[in-house]
Amino acid sequence: MAKRFSIRQQTGFTAIAAACFVLLYVPIAVLVAYAFNESTSVSEWGGFSLRWFAAAWNNDQVIDASLRSLKIASSAAVIATIAATMAALATTRTRAYRGLTFKYAFINQPLMVPEIVTGVALLIFFAQIKIATGYSGLGYLIAAHTAFCIPFAYLPIRARLENMDLTLERAAADLYATPWKAFRRVTLPLLWPGIIAGLMLAFVISLDDVVITEFVKSGGQDTLPTYMLGQIRRGITPEVNAISTVFLLLSVVIVTLFFFLSRKRD
Amino acid sequence: MKVDGNNGAICVPATPGKNAIEVRGVRKVFGTGEAQVAALDTVSVSIRENEFFTLLGPSGCGKTTLLRLIAGFDFPSDGEIMLYGEDIAPLPPFKRPVNTVFQSYALFPHMTVAQNIGFGLEMLGKPRAEIDARVAEMLKLVRMEKLAKRRTSQISGGQQQRVALARALAPQPKVLLLDEPLSALDYKLRKEMQIELKRLQHETGITFIFVTHDQEEALTMSDRIAVMSSGKILQVGSPRDIYDRPAERFVADFIGETNFLDARIDSIEEGRAKVTLKSGATISATLPDGFKPDGEATVVIRPEHAKAVKDGGDISGVVENVVYFGTDTHVHIRLDDGETFTVRQQNARGAGTSFERGQRVGIVIGDDAAQILKD
Ligand SMILES: Nc1ncnc2c1ncn2[C@@H]1O[C@H](COP(=O)(O)OP(=O)(O)O)[C@@H](O)[C@H]1O
Ligand SMILES: [Mg+2]
Repeated sequence: MAKRFSIRQQTGFTAIAAACFVLLYVPIAVLVAYAFNESTSVSEWGGFSLRWFAAAWNNDQVIDASLRSLKIASSAAVIATIAATMAALATTRTRAYRGLTFKYAFINQPLMVPEIVTGVALLIFFAQIKIATGYSGLGYLIAAHTAFCIPFAYLPIRARLENMDLTLERAAADLYATPWKAFRRVTLPLLWPGIIAGLMLAFVISLDDVVITEFVKSGGQDTLPTYMLGQIRRGITPEVNAISTVFLLLSVVIVTLFFFLSRKRD
Repeated sequence: MKVDGNNGAICVPATPGKNAIEVRGVRKVFGTGEAQVAALDTVSVSIRENEFFTLLGPSGCGKTTLLRLIAGFDFPSDGEIMLYGEDIAPLPPFKRPVNTVFQSYALFPHMTVAQNIGFGLEMLGKPRAEIDARVAEMLKLVRMEKLAKRRTSQISGGQQQRVALARALAPQPKVLLLDEPLSALDYKLRKEMQIELKRLQHETGITFIFVTHDQEEALTMSDRIAVMSSGKILQVGSPRDIYDRPAERFVADFIGETNFLDARIDSIEEGRAKVTLKSGATISATLPDGFKPDGEATVVIRPEHAKAVKDGGDISGVVENVVYFGTDTHVHIRLDDGETFTVRQQNARGAGTSFERGQRVGIVIGDDAAQILKD
């Protein structure tokens, strides 16, 4: 008797799935494990210790790069979220018109253009501005991060707006709320979960960036990821594992929060 | 137009017998070119102050569109809407002293019941003490005092309905618009809310414009009804007028059950006509306003305005079916000229005669029972 055909049960599916999980999680598990290694090797176990966490904590360069990362990520996330909120309002609180799809594509452009292209383009562009103005602060990095964070902030906010019942805004207007008051008192409070989700997603994306940062940063402007990249070139100690582990923890916490917020319905 | 200092909402003193709303030649067209739809096709109607006025018609006939134009969420393609004699075209929704009870209720999910009810007054910039007092009053009016602090997601559908009503009534609008407010409720709750709505309208003295596609609801609740079909208002009148004196086939058909009979007009005098039915019987029938005689006519007779009898009667036929409904019985009769006719008999104890399928019967048509249609 032939077995009933099921799309879920096909030869090799389990093996492929298992291979993917191994590839995804085993290296991370190993990396985290060796963060607690007593010895200086990232491949030979020498007993449990927290010494590399302490080493990272006492490394001024790590702290400096971390603070810079946080500064850039929080500024870029806030600016990108404000821009994304306005963009989402403009693209959802309107009738469909010719060119609206083009506008979506335009806003989401950073998702499509290869990062390396954006990196090179910004490098050349900012170089000109640097010459013209003489300014060489963190502004360039913040601006660059803001640009590529916008689509990540935009998507959850737009999703939230599209799911929102438009009659609520109409009801507010019916009850004598001016458009601004209707926005402040009804739209915005209902939009908050989307905005927070967008903010966190943008924050994580900025924190994680290497390619564009590498191109745009001036000397002494290492972020945590570019610092780690530089360290690895010089030879690896479990200190990198320790930093990675903390970094991982931070990302997981933020992404989990994002997940719960974006699932929250009224 | 007197302008209220707070939000520019206009305040008009109530004068009995006036028209609260006058809709003059309003057209509303959606789409362009080939895909154009006239949701409202030159509608004119006056709604009196303190009236419970109902827009009745099947789904898609333009009821919601008319309410939206009055509320200001959309604008007429043509024509004008007057509120107490003033054209409201220049006023955005938030400046119109008109409130809406939405079909979906549209309660603010992030606010409590009390905050929802107070929202309109708050937007009008009323002092806190006045808002609180009015909210308490409204909670009492809709019997929701105990649930004031609840979130709107934590109350039942019927309770949400009451909150939506209280929220719309709290700012004391000149006109309250209700878009099929009871359609989401189950039968028993709907009956309760019908009575509740009548009471609220009576107690507040606010003009209600009520939308429904339920003819029974319209008949039991309204002071006057406008029957709509395909973007037009076909007839406006009291429930009695609409039911007893339908002027058009659609009105007669949409409201209640009805018998249509073809007839020839013999003579006309003082709003009544003598007509000859196909069977040769001659009866007297009421003419509608604006009737243009051309010899032929359709006569409508409500099933309960006719009586089946064993012998005699104005017309006769054979019983095809007898359906028992508890309070009454419907007798379906095939007339000798081939048309069908339904008679409704009360099932009072000891009253009426019982009939059987295949039995020959006569039908007595009451003096005032027959009505001639315009079309
Ligand atoms: N925004 C709109 N765009 C296009 N057509 C519409 C729009 N609103 C209503 N219509 C059309 O107008 C007609 C009347 O609609 P509506 O007023 O909602 O009817 P009702 O409330 O009586 O069911 C319908 O044919 C509907 O499809
Ligand atoms: Mg409708």
